[in-house]
Amino acid sequence: MSSSQPRPPSQPASASFLNGLLAAFKSVFFYVLLGNYIGISALAYEFGFSLTWMVFCTVLIWAAPAQVILISTLTTATLLEVALAVGLSSARFLPMVAALIPTLKAEHTRQTHLLLPSHLTAISVWVEGMRMLPQLPREQRISFYNGLGTGLLSAAVLGSLIGYALAARLPPVLATTLLFFTPMAILMSSARNNQTLIDRLAFGLGLVVGPLLAAQKVKLDLMWTGFIAGTAAYAVHRLREAMR
Amino acid sequence: MTLAELGPYLALILVGFLPNEVWRVMGIAVVRGLDENSQIIVWVRAVATAILAGVMAQLIMTTSGALAAIPLFVRVGAAAIGFAAFMAARKSVFVGVLVGELVFLAGAWMYGP
Repeated sequence: MSSSQPRPPSQPASASFLNGLLAAFKSVFFYVLLGNYIGISALAYEFGFSLTWMVFCTVLIWAAPAQVILISTLTTATLLEVALAVGLSSARFLPMVAALIPTLKAEHTRQTHLLLPSHLTAISVWVEGMRMLPQLPREQRISFYNGLGTGLLSAAVLGSLIGYALAARLPPVLATTLLFFTPMAILMSSARNNQTLIDRLAFGLGLVVGPLLAAQKVKLDLMWTGFIAGTAAYAVHRLREAMR
Repeated sequence: MTLAELGPYLALILVGFLPNEVWRVMGIAVVRGLDENSQIIVWVRAVATAILAGVMAQLIMTTSGALAAIPLFVRVGAAAIGFAAFMAARKSVFVGVLVGELVFLAGAWMYGP
């Protein structure tokens, strides 16, 4: 009898996408990104890039640190140096995407369907996605995440437009203050979201190890931060599991 | 569009988009076939979380951009006071960010360039 019973119609992908968009608008990151990208766009104006270029930059790269590096070095450094600096600052996307995918995909998800979510991934989208996705049925997760990413990216594009329009009138102190939005918001969201011991340890250790390695001028400092602090947190986690 | 106008866009693709996107695609490739509970994924997630914390700490402490013009004690002080406000307001990110930003603005005004 159970086999003949019709399954309840599953939610269409467009509805999940819409839910993701709505979640983006309700997220504190929507407003944080708006503020932050006003600051970045003002910087782009200062360095002589066009508004169209700035919008393409945001949509194609979608990573605030990499964009700040690109904007502030493209007019002075060699192209190879710029590519290296952008590449090094973006290496975090490998572990971020790798950690995201198993939570994101369903049983029969095609690899090509993972390309858009991986492009839409930014620290903000990742933090919100990792928190919200586990509560959703697997088949809705990719559409939801695409909606979430699109919604938060649109805040960045909107911020880019406003920032460019305001740039000439924005006092430098205020523009700098806007750049402070992202680190503050990530810090607090992570303190709120990280519930498990391994997450808290990894984040806490990363906060200490990151600046220490940077101060020592260690090459690939962020990769080492991730490796050292992440592995230490994982080791403590395994040790505790074993003692149970 | 002339070649000269195309230049900044070509540079954007070659030294902005590509060096960033390659990591994302590699992230997809390395986890083929792994599931959420595999030990490698638990470890990779810890690494990603630690890197994220490192990026944030560096943005606040050892930044090289426009933020660097603001003295270190203003940046760290604003983050600490903002975090205290966040805790006091029952972990409201909104309150924490707002308070931190106001402290930062005041500090930047007094001690900035």
